[in-house]
Order: sequence, then C-alpha cells, then structure tokens
Amino acid sequence: MSQLTDLGVAELRDGVRSGVFSAVEVADAFITRVSQAKALNAFLVETPDHALAAAKEADTARAAGEALKPLAGVPIGMKDLFCTRGVQTTAASHMLEGFIPQYESTVSGKLWEAGAGMLGKLNLDQFAMGSSNETSYFGDVVSPWRRADGGNAPLAPGGSSGGSSAAIAARLCPGATGTDTGGSIRQPAAFTGISGIKPTYGRCSRWGVVAFASSLDQAGPMARDVRDCAILLENMAGFDAKDATSLQLDVPRWEHGLDASLAGKRIGIPREYRVDNMPSEIEALWQQGIDWVKDAGAEIVEVSLPHTKYALPAYYIIAPAEASSNLARYDGVRYGLRDLPEGANLQEMYAATRADGFGDEVKRRIFIGTYVLSAGFYDAYYTQAQKVRTLIAQDFERAWESCDLLLTPTAPSAAFALGEKQADPLAMYLNDVFTVPASLAGLPAMSVPGGLDKAGLPLGLQIIGKPLDEQGVLNAGLAIEQRAGFVARPEQWW
Amino acid sequence: MSVDTATVKKVASLARIALDEDQAARLVPELNNILGWIEQLGEVDTSAVQPMTAVIPNHLRLRDDVVTDGGIREAVLANAPQGEHGFFTVPKVIE
Repeated sequence: MSQLTDLGVAELRDGVRSGVFSAVEVADAFITRVSQAKALNAFLVETPDHALAAAKEADTARAAGEALKPLAGVPIGMKDLFCTRGVQTTAASHMLEGFIPQYESTVSGKLWEAGAGMLGKLNLDQFAMGSSNETSYFGDVVSPWRRADGGNAPLAPGGSSGGSSAAIAARLCPGATGTDTGGSIRQPAAFTGISGIKPTYGRCSRWGVVAFASSLDQAGPMARDVRDCAILLENMAGFDAKDATSLQLDVPRWEHGLDASLAGKRIGIPREYRVDNMPSEIEALWQQGIDWVKDAGAEIVEVSLPHTKYALPAYYIIAPAEASSNLARYDGVRYGLRDLPEGANLQEMYAATRADGFGDEVKRRIFIGTYVLSAGFYDAYYTQAQKVRTLIAQDFERAWESCDLLLTPTAPSAAFALGEKQADPLAMYLNDVFTVPASLAGLPAMSVPGGLDKAGLPLGLQIIGKPLDEQGVLNAGLAIEQRAGFVARPEQWW
Repeated sequence: MSVDTATVKKVASLARIALDEDQAARLVPELNNILGWIEQLGEVDTSAVQPMTAVIPNHLRLRDDVVTDGGIREAVLANAPQGEHGFFTVPKVIE
C-alpha cells in the first residue's frame, strides 16, 4: 500500500477512474502516512473522516457507473489559512486557537465540490508572516530534507506555506493549497523540491482566507509536478462575487493546454536579479535553466527591471500597512482569544488580548504598518511605496515588449537551518528578493525544482508571466521539469 | 526617520497592543533597523508617478441592492469569547 502515497494528483485521479485502486485505499494510505509523520509538525489538525467521506463518495459514484468529479479520489492538505466549516482554523496563531469557522472559504469549497478530500489543516507561519515557518504558535515545521553532510540540523521548509511544502515533499499528501503574498508558495516549493504556482492576482477568490495583505494575497496550488499544479489550480480558480477583486473570467483548461514546446517564445533574463553575493550554485542553476528553455525552443532575451532593488523595501511597507489594518479585527469581542485582566476596561481588554494573541513577528509587522500609516508619515512611506509599486509594474510592462516570460532563481539560497535567521528579521526578509516583485505587480509566477546543491538540497527556478498567462508559465515550467528530470526525494527519517 | 521608546509606545497604543517598558526598549533598535532599510525608497524620484491602486485592471461591480444573507445569529455568535442573550458582551463602557 505504501507506494500509493508515491503517486501524484493526476496518477491518483486516473487510477481511481480506471479502477486500478479504490479511492478509499488511497485515502487510507495517506491517512496512515500522515499519522506517522508527527515529527515534521506539518499538520495542525488531521481530518481522516473528511478524506474518507470524499473517497467513499468517489467509490460509490464509480460503482454506480456515474462520471467521476475532476478530483475524485484525490486527498489533499489544506493550509490552515483557509476557513473550513466545522474544522479549526487558526492561521497558526494563538489568537485564533479554537476558532471553528461556520462557513467554508470559496477555494476550499471548490476543491471539495470537485471531489477532493481533506487530510488535514497544514501548519504555516503565523498569519502567513514569515519565510521559514518558524513564527507558527504551534511550533516549527521541520523540512523532510536534510543536508548530505551527515549533520542532522533541522532545516526550514520555507514559508509561509511550510506545512504544505513539507507535507508534499514527504509524500504525506499529493498536493496542497498554499497562499502567496510575497513568495509564500514559491519559496517553500523551491526549498523542498516541489512545484507551486501563484496565479494572477484575482484568479482565486480570497473569500474565507484569513487576510494578511489584501492587495497581494493570492491562493495557489502546490504539488510535486507542473501537471498536478495545473489540475489543482483549475479547481481552485474562478469568479466569486464575494471577493470584490475577483476577476470575472472563465477558468482556462490549463491541464489540457499543457505543451512543453517553447518554440516562438521569448524568455527574458532580468539583469537586476544577478544580486551581490549570489551563491555560485544558484548562478549555475540559473544558467542551466536558460539552457533548458533554449533547448525547448525559446529565444533568450536580456531585459532590465530597473526598480527591482526597491521591491523589497516597498513590500515591507505595503504588506505591514495592510496587515495592521486587516488584523485590527482581532479584538477579543467577536471571535478568537479574549484576555480580560481583572478590572480591565474595554481598551485594556483589546490591548491585553492582542499582546497575548499575536506572536513577535506579527506584532513587529503591525507596529511597522501602524507607524507608516500614522499621521505625518503616510505620504513619506505608504504613498511613496505605492508609487514605487507603480514603477515596478511599469518595469514589467516594458519587459513584456521584448519577451513573453521571465526566468529567474526562486530564492537566493537553498533551505537554511531552523534558527539560523531567526535573530535578524531583515536577513529573513531578504529571502523574498526574487519573489516579491511579481507579487507587487500581481503577476502569475511559479517555482519548479531545478536540481540539488552540493549539500544535496533542492534549488528552484522561477518563471514569471504576463497577467493571466498562467498557461505560458505552466508550459515553461513543464519544459524545465522535463529537462531537469528532478527525482530526488528526502530520505525518510521521521 | 528613527523611532525612540516614546514613539514605539505611541504606536503600540495606536495598534492596541499592550507593551511594557522592556519590550518597548527592545523594539527600538529592531524597528529602526527595518525603518532604516526601507528609507532607501526615498531616493526614487516619483514626482511624476501615480500611486498603485489596482495591480490588475478590474472594474468594481455593482450588485442589486438586496439582502443576500442574514438570520444566522447563532452562527455569528458561535465563536464569541463571551455572548449573552444573543449579543456579544464586553466590559462596561459607560460609567
């Protein structure tokens, strides 16, 4: 039975459809594997009943000769940022510990409607704020990967979707949801040797997703290969009247449209992404990626995105500003934690509740956000950052005049050890240097595994596309995937 | 621009997050480090640039002005830390 958990989304779907195995067999195999992987701390809540119920429905439908739903027989993991009716949703915070949503997020609801089952809720950085999954109130997620140096230093699975990346890399689930505000799908995917795509802003509804920075937050799938990402994304995307920024567009048939030939495509290499102190292995992988897409028929074009260096500082004004506003809702009155010290008045209750319910990184960002939005500083910081954001978006628009896609590394390093960057928030922020610009411009972007570094850890390549060109991004990802032949997987130690 | 302990306490009070002296003092260098770094945005000439309002062009939709939800008081109150008689309850706010 153990080999069932080695299969991906497409293989499981097709196997259940053709009757090679039953959906219940699949669900059982993954449920067992999840229950044996506590050492990774990837799951905050396990929901075997949910996965089994969906599996039984798939098997019953098949027995009755009915057409199976698009994801029938596929159990997945759900990042604990998506509200799931009747199942605790915490955003990995103390603030929402014990919170049981009375409604289902649009994206998770679509996945259940498509026949998927839920194995459980996945750990993440608290309120999705972090790049290493070390800010979770419920403990770090440990990457299943280890350096080949014989040391057993526990490594970061990336963040904020670190539970998702660790669970997929460890074969605890074939796919999972992630959310990406500044790289939270792509960087963890790169750190763990899996694939993940952040679609164009507005493709996936934000309704029912715990909000971090609303102008940047976007849901997307994470899985072991490009096809699986396409399948999941098709079942997550789509117009939702409940999200004012949802795009009123049909969902393309991305899986059907997959094509690894890049003939006629021009792929831009942004020169500003050659940052100082980039490890030579990242540089080499990037060159390798260029050779792969050339081999697939693409023409390589050097492009310039002159405002790249300002993307991170702009992001670390805009995202905390929006977060400070979004997180004002946690007041100890309507849901979540309440800390009411003896004799406290209402204001004191708010302050005590929020001091107790938020972790250090969340508070740090609320303080930065509150400061940059406060009277006298608003224009110097927030308005200036939004103007720089316009310039960054214009850089991309100019680049699209000479190319169709961009190819860059996903992250400036391989996975670092847990604790290594904890002491210095700025060093941690710099990890998002390659992912943040596409977030600020709302562009679709994906990470695919490219190879291993000398320590045996995965490195990812990022493809950025024009607005709404997820198909182009997926196709370039597929071309790289076919040439990279990435089959490495972490040895099971947990 | 840099912050001092008084500014940090002011910001914490605006954010409604309780902070003691020690915590405020610890945050001063931390926040200054981050603010010093984001300060570099000041060097970009943005005099002819409009601030970003929407990353993907999208017009705001209008919908019919009708009630689409409601009658779910139990669900609304289900996660309240304290609720009584169908209301959220808070400490007394009027003397």
